[in-house]
Amino acid sequence: MSDLLETDGDRLLIAVKALLERKGVVSAAEIAERRAATDAASPGQGAKMVAKAWLDPAYRDLMLSDGTKAAEALGIPMLGMPPLGVLENTPDIHNLVVCTLCSCYPRAVLGYPPFWYKSVAYRARAVRDPRELLASEWKTVIPDTVRVRVVDSTADYRWMVLPMRPAGTEGWNENRLASIVRQGDMIGVTIPSA
Amino acid sequence: MFAPGARVRVKDAWPERQAPAHIRTPWYVRGVEGEVVRHLGDFANPEDLAFARPAEKKPLYHVRFRRDEIWPGKQPHDELLIEIFGHWLEHAKEQS
Repeated sequence: MSDLLETDGDRLLIAVKALLERKGVVSAAEIAERRAATDAASPGQGAKMVAKAWLDPAYRDLMLSDGTKAAEALGIPMLGMPPLGVLENTPDIHNLVVCTLCSCYPRAVLGYPPFWYKSVAYRARAVRDPRELLASEWKTVIPDTVRVRVVDSTADYRWMVLPMRPAGTEGWNENRLASIVRQGDMIGVTIPSA
Repeated sequence: MFAPGARVRVKDAWPERQAPAHIRTPWYVRGVEGEVVRHLGDFANPEDLAFARPAEKKPLYHVRFRRDEIWPGKQPHDELLIEIFGHWLEHAKEQS
């Protein structure tokens, strides 16, 4: 084991890839395809889902009942990805996603997580005092009448937030709506505005 | 199986103190009571998967906890929603 850990990383990668290919476990083309899908994933994909859900009640229902199917319906590759769950913000509930055990994140629809998402500080503060965290770090003040629901992503699902459509966006088309949805809105640290 | 709405308690168990372990149940809810929201599906037990042992599929639940049962502070209606495997849950005793 120690030999393995001391091996030059690039050489080790080439050797393992060659072995996987020779044994028929995974081909170079399959690895390239997965790398392309991983690199293509970005908050823009989640934002497209959110905008469509704001305009299309049937799509919203699909998104809330099966996030994976809703992502696939927009052409987002979900094969081999963990199941996606979607949490809806309402006038009564504000959702905040965290992974206290590690850094589980809905990469298929939001891309790479922001640096702070993996920090020990965010993970500890999100579960212990989410209102203080949101107010002090993001100036997001959740009114006392709204319940804060912290979703600790501890196992096999990945979670994203469906924010509420902000006032002042009446008559906007899907692309324009998607343009105002940010990464943090789908984690729950911020709230979109027109 | 636990039905939606069932009152449950997370086992107050600490297997990581006995031997190397990989556990997806956060320590801060061990021994805490909550309510089953729904069954999310059955997934390979991560406690075996992490050690490359044959891993049986186990039911996974979304369980809701009151924030003030875990942490001090105000806002009694705030909550936490956490994925917990069925083998970490037991039925909570009825409140008298």
